[in-house]
Formats: sequence, C-alpha cells, structure tokens
Amino acid sequence: MSAVVAQASNPIVRWEYFVDEWDQILEAVVQHLELTVISVAIGFVLSAGLAALALRFGWAAGPINGFTAFLYTIPSVALFAILVPYFGFSRVSAIVPLALYTLLIIETNIVAGFAAVPADVRDAADGMGMSPVRRVFTVELPLAMPYIITGLRIAVVSTVGLVTVAAIIGQGGLGRLILDGLRRTFWTPMTIGAVLSILLALALDGLIYWAGRRATPWANRPKGTA
Amino acid sequence: MSSLTLDIAEGSIVVLIGPSGCGKTTTLRMINRLVEPTSGAIEIDGEDITARPVAELRRDIGYVIQQVGLFPHHTIATNIATVPKMLGWDQDRIRTRTDELAELVGLDSSLLDRYPDELSGGQQQRVGVARALAADPPILLMDEPFGAVDPIVRTRLQDELLELQGRVGKTIVLVTHDIDEALKVGDRIALLNVGGILEQYATPDELLRDPANGFVEEFVGEDRSIKRLQLKAVSDLSFNQGPVVDVSASLAQAKDTMERHGTEWLGVTEGGGFLGWVSASDLDAVDDLSQAPRALPAAQVQRDSTLRTAMQVIMTSHTSVAVVDDNGTFGGVVTLESIREGLEQGGEAL
Repeated sequence: MSAVVAQASNPIVRWEYFVDEWDQILEAVVQHLELTVISVAIGFVLSAGLAALALRFGWAAGPINGFTAFLYTIPSVALFAILVPYFGFSRVSAIVPLALYTLLIIETNIVAGFAAVPADVRDAADGMGMSPVRRVFTVELPLAMPYIITGLRIAVVSTVGLVTVAAIIGQGGLGRLILDGLRRTFWTPMTIGAVLSILLALALDGLIYWAGRRATPWANRPKGTA
Repeated sequence: MSSLTLDIAEGSIVVLIGPSGCGKTTTLRMINRLVEPTSGAIEIDGEDITARPVAELRRDIGYVIQQVGLFPHHTIATNIATVPKMLGWDQDRIRTRTDELAELVGLDSSLLDRYPDELSGGQQQRVGVARALAADPPILLMDEPFGAVDPIVRTRLQDELLELQGRVGKTIVLVTHDIDEALKVGDRIALLNVGGILEQYATPDELLRDPANGFVEEFVGEDRSIKRLQLKAVSDLSFNQGPVVDVSASLAQAKDTMERHGTEWLGVTEGGGFLGWVSASDLDAVDDLSQAPRALPAAQVQRDSTLRTAMQVIMTSHTSVAVVDDNGTFGGVVTLESIREGLEQGGEAL
C-alpha cells in the first residue's frame, strides 16, 4: 500500500533530492557555466574577426551576414549530431555548434555598434590627427560598446538555453538532469534543471548588464538643457 | 572643383562662402588633408602640406565643425585634452591648459567633469573651440561652426570668436553660408560659385562697395549700403566740430557760428565736455551764453559705435546730429551727410 502511494506521488520537486544529489547538481551547474562561457568567448572572438572584415571591406558584409544567418537556421539537435562522428561525444562537439550560433547575434551587434558611431565624431577624430588605430580603440570601440554588450547578453542567454540540448550528446550540464527526469518520468530533476538553467541565464545576463553600465558611464547621464 | 588660388594672411580671418556645391567645405578640408586635391598645392608658411606626416599636420591645425563632434564618452576636460594627449603632454600641463582654455572660451569650470550630452548646444560649441585650440595651433579651420545653434546664441558666439581672436591672433579659415556672418567676422571674404569658381576675394567693405559682378551683387544682397553701415564705426568718419562753441564765447560769436553752419541751434561745451544744445530763439532773452537754456536733448554715440547705431541715433534726435562722446569729452558731431560721405569715401578710411 505504501509502495503504491509512493509511486503515485510525483511532486514537482522532491526536496530531499537536493541533499541526495547535491554533488551532481553542482557539477551540472559548473559544467553548464563552463560550456556557456567557453562557447560565447570563442563566438565573440570569431565574431570580432568577422565584424572587422565586414567593416573594413564593405563587400564582405553581405556574405558574412548570409553565412552566419545560415548557421543559425540549422536545428541545434542536427548540428550536435553531425559533429559526433568527427569529435565523438566530447566537449568539442558541444562547443562548436554553441559558438557558431552566437556568431549571427554578436557579429551583427558589433557591426551595428560601429555603424552607429556618429560621422561627425569620426570626422573630428580624423581632423585632429588621430591615427586610425587609435580612433578605433579609443573612440569607436567605446561608443560601440552598448551594442556589443547587448549582443553579448542575447548570446549568453540563448546559449544557456541551448547548452541543455547538448545533453543529447552526453554534455550539457543541467540538460543532463532534464533528460534524466524525462527518461524516468521523474519531475524533480527536470524542474531543478530547467529552473537552474533559467536562473543561470538571468544571473549571467544581469552580470553583463552591470559590467556594461560600469563600462559606459557616459550613457547613463541626464541630457543637458538647450 | 576648378582651380582656386587664395592667399591667406597670417593672423587674419578668411571666410569661405558661397551657395551649396561651391566647394567651400571641400576647400577647407583640403587644408588639413581630409580631402586630397587631385592637382595643385597648398602651402603653409611656404611649406607644402604634403611634406610632413598627415597626423602631425592635423595636430598643428585646429578643426571645428558644425556638429561639434565631441566624443560623447569622454568628459569635457578629456575632450579638450585630446590633442595634448596625443602629443604626449604630462598630466599637470594638460590640466593647467584645460583650465586656461575653459576660461578663454567662457566655460564654467564645473562643466569640465560633465559629458557632452549634459551641455547645451552653445556650451558644446565652446568646448569644440577649446578643443581645437588646445595645443595652441597657429591655424584654425572652422566649418560652419555656428550653424547648429539658435540665432541669439550664434550672435553671441560670433562676438566671442572676434573677442577671442583679438587675444589669440590665429590664422582662421571659416566656412559659412550666412553672408551676415561672413561680413561680421571676416577680415577677407572669398566668395565661391558652384564648381569652386572664385568670384571675388576681398574685404567685407570692398565686397559691399564694389561687387566684382552680378553674382556677387546678388549674393551680398540689395541692402549693401545698410550692411556697410554695420561694418564701419563712427571713428572711421572724418567728423567735424559742427556748430559748437565754448560756453565762454560771446553771443555774437554764437550767432556767427550758427550762420556759418546754417542751423537754428548751437552746441555748447565747457572744458572739452559737451553741455548741451541751445536753441537760437532762446539766445535773444539772455545776456550770456551760459544762461541760455540747454533745452534740446543731446543724442550721443561712442567712437566705436557702428554707423548703423549712429544713424539710428540721428533719426531719433531733435537736431539730426549725434554727439560723439569720446570718454566724456566732446569728440565732434555726426550727421547723415557725414555718414553718406564716409560710405562714398570707400575703404580708405578703414
């Protein structure tokens, strides 16, 4: 009788799970965080390169945008699966697609940020004898920062979500808990995995937002009166 | 653009003006090589501007543009310090210079820690000028510097520029499309036509008095004489004493003076100072000039008043004469006739 009751009772969260599986949960969070940070970091570096190309050579902007948009359209499950024959059920098979998915978001925002630098500011910089390299790093990059920060925030939030999918190739941090719960029709790990994934996304988003505000103090001041 | 030859004197303000498409901005931007001429040469102090690295050239030429182009992410102080920083000045020297410039262009030092977005348009333009002057370049290029501010602020900034120029004596090339601004601030004006054709290169007074052709005449406007009144000061006139005698003169001398000038009134001075106007009819009732009532109010102008101001004063005075007040002493009188003669005389008096 008591066994039947136990089977029928499948609450959203069984709290003792936290105690019993604490090590597993912590490991999943850490792995989730690692996959996210590494993927976005690689994606950011690649995006910066692509954006530099697009900004330096106008003709390259269209093809680069088309290519990154094409990558973005590939279903994530398919992309993870495609890489397994080459890299096995490894971290690489997870990171490559995750990084590629960020390209469209980050590259587009970097280009938009530089495009938004007012022409008169650029003209003034040139007119005062600023070298192009100095202009890019001391004037254009800081002014593009709000756009780049926005791109990073979107990329991080979407990557945190996508990392859970990587669980199907044996990676995926919190995705493993979700998959585990799904397989066993056991709500607790599913709920914990999903909720922690959301909290992780919010926390990272908030962190970058905060860092971004610290980095762009001029953008948060009231406007002067005419 | 067609070929263009301009000689710009050191320490003067030259205004480039003309209709859209005349290449005035392009000409300006050729001087600091933001635009490279396809042919011809530009020389500064006899040295071709292409002879040295472009960045070095530009750091020696102040550059002010209509939209100001302040760096939004830098404070006002940092904006002003842009060129000194590139030149590697130390912190103390930069700070001293920044404070000096804020003072020079009339910026409150409390604004130095603000960001450009927190300032009004007029204040931003002052920062733009301060930034351009930071490393004390001998040359200043100004591309429609007052185009983005309202007319009241514009007039004030123009006055400030002239005052500033009086102190710093830069060689300034200024682009504008506003003929009144050109006439006001320019020592010489280069009037360009579409395609970069130089129609006339002359002083403001010459341009108004003696326009080279129909295009110039039309461009400067129909009210050329009125505009010239604004350019000249009372001190440019060779004014005479007018019907004026010292208070110690006899009544006979007074009447004689009025007769010579053909007036019914007379000015009375004492010890060089102007006392007032006396009516001829009042002289019969008195024994002495000092007793005569000085009934007519005296309209006064200063030596540095414009002829336009003088004319305004004359129009509203009872005697059709303005008295020149030369720091409290009587400097002579200005009449409509003397103003007209002054304009006819041309630029020589300047």
